[in-house]
Amino acid sequence: MAFKIIVCAKQVPDTNEIKINPETGTLIRDGVPSILNNDDANALEEALRIKDKYDDVKVTVVSMGPPQATDMLFECVAMGADDAILISDRAVGGSDTWATSNAVVAGIQKYVKDYGDYDLIFAGRQAIDGDTAQVGPQIAEKLDIPQVTYVQEFEMDDARKNITVKRKMEDGYELIKIQTPCMLTAIKELNEPRYMNMKGIFAENKDIKVWNADDINVDRTLVGLKASPTNVFRSFTPKPKGKGITVKGDSNKELATNLLIGLKGKHII
Amino acid sequence: MSEKFADYKNIWVYAEQRNGKLMNVALELIGEACRLAGEIGEDAKVCTLLVGDNIDDLAQECFDYGSSKVFMIQDPLLKRYTTDGYTKVVVDAINEYKPSIVLFGATHIGRDLAPRVAARLDTGLTADCTHLNISVKHYIEYAEENTTLNTATLDANDPDKGLKMTRPAFGGNLMATIVCKNTRPQMSTVRPGVMQKREKVEGAKGELINVDYKLSADDIHIEILDVVKSAKELVSLTDAEIICSGGRGLGDAAGFDLIKKFADKVGGVVGSSRGAVDAGWIDQSHQVGQTGTTVKPKIYFACGISGAIQHLAGMQTSDIIVGINRDPDAPIFEVADYGIVGDLYKVLPEIIASWDDAEALFDAATK
Repeated sequence: MAFKIIVCAKQVPDTNEIKINPETGTLIRDGVPSILNNDDANALEEALRIKDKYDDVKVTVVSMGPPQATDMLFECVAMGADDAILISDRAVGGSDTWATSNAVVAGIQKYVKDYGDYDLIFAGRQAIDGDTAQVGPQIAEKLDIPQVTYVQEFEMDDARKNITVKRKMEDGYELIKIQTPCMLTAIKELNEPRYMNMKGIFAENKDIKVWNADDINVDRTLVGLKASPTNVFRSFTPKPKGKGITVKGDSNKELATNLLIGLKGKHII
Repeated sequence: MSEKFADYKNIWVYAEQRNGKLMNVALELIGEACRLAGEIGEDAKVCTLLVGDNIDDLAQECFDYGSSKVFMIQDPLLKRYTTDGYTKVVVDAINEYKPSIVLFGATHIGRDLAPRVAARLDTGLTADCTHLNISVKHYIEYAEENTTLNTATLDANDPDKGLKMTRPAFGGNLMATIVCKNTRPQMSTVRPGVMQKREKVEGAKGELINVDYKLSADDIHIEILDVVKSAKELVSLTDAEIICSGGRGLGDAAGFDLIKKFADKVGGVVGSSRGAVDAGWIDQSHQVGQTGTTVKPKIYFACGISGAIQHLAGMQTSDIIVGINRDPDAPIFEVADYGIVGDLYKVLPEIIASWDDAEALFDAATK
């Protein structure tokens, strides 16, 4: 029986490339590339390493987002995933983490109905656009499976039942034993994600399904903007701090001296 | 709306402890909860939820820092944090006592526990908040001082007493204030190092309540085999009064030797930008920024850091920012109180050499 892994992934704007329009104070999103979220690439990589090790592993990437997120799923398949599913519907748009996890869980339940039980779910710890780190644990909660977040090292026995992971803490790590099925959220330290391979890029029949709200048979009162318990009250940009003093000096020594005089004069040091 | 939530009162702080020691963020949150209780202006009480084993003495510490009630759950099964065990008892306590607000520290544990608790309670959770308000009047004051928000659409007399949770989004490019109107409790994780602890009042009085909970070994599906503390020195960026950070402008990993020398001289802690971490020059535990640690030291030295928004999001509330960069157009100079356009490899050694003479230099300059 095949060992089935689900990888939860999100297409995100590359937040390093976002700039603010200084006049309007709004985000400039034009020309900002959309990418596979960093931590999710680590999640996928770890699943693919299991697939490299055994012959009977199936890796399915599950995502939620607008139709163009299929671009990111093509990339995942080109890296080596067997197939991918995009949950995409206006009805799920504007979901907060609670509502998103409801939609993804409905998608996973359809997956189970169509293909049978999964053995393992990987997700990235957090997405760089929201940085919440909530959707992974909330999916696990609703599927009623245990979780380990911040996974930096992964090992599984050949029976593929017992998993040992290192969970990164602020000041070290915890060594944790957990059994399948479970949810593990990946961080950068876990691995180095592979590139897409030529065979994957040029494969003719990439298996990417798009499921709408009817397909996943989700209760509409549990998804979307209106169902979300949290809503945006206001959004804004931080006030730019007033420009300070440019320290003057003809030599490096003079620059250093003038800085120290300034800091001392203001009783900062 | 208020009718519906009439049962939900009080502000709770989940006071995270590890090995029987309270995390600093727990005390910061108690301080913030006291401030928020003041904004409500009714008799909302600041309460602390303590979960662990053999942690009796922590209750007094919570009282000393401003908590008026402590809800206590102790069990040998809760000696170490597990998602399963802690989620179960925290949910039991919230269901029993119905707090209006529950605050968690946004630590590796808080960010594991809070989403699971919120999902089980089917309520909202806002991650990594850096500012909280309750009254619209106080929110307007905050917004006018710190943000570009047009407050004309807000009414200072608005009776709305919902929690307004402000957090950075899009890598710190944007701030969003989130509300949780239709479910209770209102939950948020709050970044460590952002909120203010209160002055300790030794022997402060408070009420201790032991919470009824149900927990058995079968509820816990993981096993912690070992807890390993990192051998490398612990970087406490959040507690540091002076931070000396290096970025890509250092050029290589060896550049951090100079930053370390500088930090040692000024009594500071070494920080870094994401660029320097991604380049592999320094460990991620030193990273300041939206995806690293949020800091607000008395002085922040940004050396060879261009000032990407993701970095600024984590340090721009520092009291004083000193930027040293070769590029006069680097964005760091937009937020720096003192900017030095120059080669950090030449300027820093001069600052190090003259640091101890600052007073004499000042006296000489002002004579």
